[in-house]
Amino acid sequence: MTDPETTPVADKFGNDPHVLLRVIAKFLIPLIALFAFYVQFHGDYGPGGGFQAGVILAASVILYALIFGLAEAKKAFPPRLIRYGMTLGVILYGGTGILNFILGGEFLNYSNLGKDAVAGQHYGILAVELGVLTTVTTVMIAIFYAFGSRQPETSAEDW
Amino acid sequence: MSLLEFVPDWLKIHGPAFLMALPLIMAAITAILPNKRVAWASTFIVTAILTVTAFTIALYNAEVGTTIYNMGGWAPPHGISLVIDALNAPVIVLIALMSFITVIYALPATVAEIKPNKRAPFYAAFLLCTAGLLGMTVTGDAFNVFVFLEVSSISTYVLVAMGAARDRRALSAAYNYLILGSIGATFFVIGIGFLYMETGTLNMADMARILADLDGGSRVAKVAFGFIVIGLGLKLAMFPLHTWLPGAYAYSPTPVAAFLASTATKAALYLLLRFTFFVFDPSYAYVADVLMYILVGLGVVGMIFASLQAIFQTDVRRMLAYSSVAQVGYMLLGIGIATTASVAAGYLHLLNHAIIKAGLFLALGAMWYRFGITRAEDFRGLGKTMPLTMGAFTVSGLSLIGVPFTAGFVSKVNLAFAAWDAGWIWAVAIIMITSILALIYIGRLLLSAYFGAPPEVNGTVVARNEAPLAMLLPMWALALASVIVGVESDTLVGAATRAAELLLGAG
Amino acid sequence: MSDLFSQYNYIIVIILMMTGLYIVFASRNLIKKLAGLSVFQTSVFLLYITIAKVSGGQPPILLEDKGYGTDKDGHALLEGTIQTAAGGGSYILPGPGSDVLYSNPLPHVLILTAIVVGVATLSIGLALTVRIREVYHTIEEDEIEAADFVYNLEGTAD
Repeated sequence: MTDPETTPVADKFGNDPHVLLRVIAKFLIPLIALFAFYVQFHGDYGPGGGFQAGVILAASVILYALIFGLAEAKKAFPPRLIRYGMTLGVILYGGTGILNFILGGEFLNYSNLGKDAVAGQHYGILAVELGVLTTVTTVMIAIFYAFGSRQPETSAEDW
Repeated sequence: MSLLEFVPDWLKIHGPAFLMALPLIMAAITAILPNKRVAWASTFIVTAILTVTAFTIALYNAEVGTTIYNMGGWAPPHGISLVIDALNAPVIVLIALMSFITVIYALPATVAEIKPNKRAPFYAAFLLCTAGLLGMTVTGDAFNVFVFLEVSSISTYVLVAMGAARDRRALSAAYNYLILGSIGATFFVIGIGFLYMETGTLNMADMARILADLDGGSRVAKVAFGFIVIGLGLKLAMFPLHTWLPGAYAYSPTPVAAFLASTATKAALYLLLRFTFFVFDPSYAYVADVLMYILVGLGVVGMIFASLQAIFQTDVRRMLAYSSVAQVGYMLLGIGIATTASVAAGYLHLLNHAIIKAGLFLALGAMWYRFGITRAEDFRGLGKTMPLTMGAFTVSGLSLIGVPFTAGFVSKVNLAFAAWDAGWIWAVAIIMITSILALIYIGRLLLSAYFGAPPEVNGTVVARNEAPLAMLLPMWALALASVIVGVESDTLVGAATRAAELLLGAG
Repeated sequence: MSDLFSQYNYIIVIILMMTGLYIVFASRNLIKKLAGLSVFQTSVFLLYITIAKVSGGQPPILLEDKGYGTDKDGHALLEGTIQTAAGGGSYILPGPGSDVLYSNPLPHVLILTAIVVGVATLSIGLALTVRIREVYHTIEEDEIEAADFVYNLEGTAD
């Protein structure tokens, strides 16, 4: 069974069997990431928001890992950063809540963040959605890394 | 009370949101802490703060009455409100206090039971479970209940599975619990969906008002009630839906078993009380039918069958788990009779049983820590080998049976009197019978511990080897608490009566 | 009978719910049980979302006010229901007296949360299945129970 982390990418004749996949992935992955940010920022006035955008962004990273190998993906998005990202997102969300509470008013009452209530709500929603995006992206990537890094014990013929 | 003057005003008012938010944020930070001792210390500090906040809120509630806190500044029914009233204040104190006691116990226990690189995530999951349980109890919005119910349940699945380092059956127990727990939570959310269809709102007080206007509602409300009772019944281990509980309590790490035994089913029972008496009303015909036939019927059957099953267990933790199912039957009997006195007795048993069962699990965990004891036959001579630990186990065990001057006696007597006053004489007989069954399964352990000879290894008697101090303090605190409640029961009985009066009206 | 067919969304929800529950109870394979659980949870999502639809209603996205203007007496046609947003531009709000009928967005928000909960449960279930595979070398439930039964008979590792 091929080890996902050290699969050679070309056979002994130098032909890459996955050239079609690689070319299309190189074209698509940035577009998927861009779409994720579109969904993120349009969550205010349309369908979308943090969770959907986070999953789409994680999907782009996972596609990269599937096409180019888990080792390459781990070089680009190191697992340590992913773990810190999970905490950062929660702190962003919770921190916004606590900030609101410090500025007066209840927990998660965004009205005091800006010069009037409407601007405050706008900033508050942007901040918490950013927190949700960070957490969801990093959690999805972490789950993929956790499952993908398990060494399989049976060879391909036994499956 | 004069103690409240030392507490800043913002804590009294914003306390409920603090209870929800602090453990959630600190869980995320604790998960990435590199040093295990620092992770324990942060959990210790957080649970201490939560206990202080919970006591503050309870005292403030006793002074001021029901308080409503609007999250985000949005007024209900559009926003989520956190409600503190006489029904959930004691449960909040119970959950926060139990988490604090268990964290003290966890310092030596996790060294023995959990791998080093998993200890920081263990404390993070523990904090998430506490956050979920507290959030479930504090909120006044029905869907928010589901969200926090699932937060606590998912972290519980993880915590139970962490017992796999000690006993590999923890993994299949955790998987079984996951499947059944998710089905239960999904049934609950189906019920909430039907309630939303009927009333158009998610705020529990608003739902109660609209259902009262509709005089019980149409068939949609009946279906909603059925789904909610079954969903919560699965979480609180009502008789035929209890099959996840023995595995989850027996194979999880000891601090987790003690914490779950004292809080998870109790929080679900609080939710059952809230939905049955506050959102729906026992004056509606279908609610009265369910109370009388299903809750009482399944409660009584659970009491007898689970006590009988407990007698036949060889593993002491499984025995205590089946005993928990039986005790939940007592509480359901109290709720099902649906008079103020009986609901107060059921609520009192909720609080007392948490103290008793946690004490028993902590003592048992200390015995495992020193000698690897899990089976009943290994209790021989434990009275001489671990006198202090066995002492705590004895006190909590006697309280479970219902010996006078212990907490168990107070709640069983209250329940028996309430059943007698309501004319349910056969229920009093059932309570007596199950107490005798409890005497059998706890009594044989006490007999073999005090009257059996200690085992011998290579001809020498095993020397006395007591549990570490960090384990002795929590278990003796709980054992003394059950004696104190048994002797001077007015505070808890008063709290339970106030809760029942909130639900049913005085008298 | 036509009443039954006009409420076809509930029929589909019930069919999916029962199918999901049957898969959970009847499957011996751990991953198939999780798949059944997902089908069961999906039926609940459908239940919530289909009740959010209002007949003749717009998707719940605020429409721009394209100038309903005033009538001949000078009264605004949509009095009290036009709001100026933070970025400028007015939107038509829902509510009684509004000119536009919107579907209910609240169940959609509830289901977003429920979907996240379902994803978390599924990921933990799969992680547990991977661990069970490593320890028991099988993911068939009857083989796991048989291994546990033997384990129970031998007692805990002494």
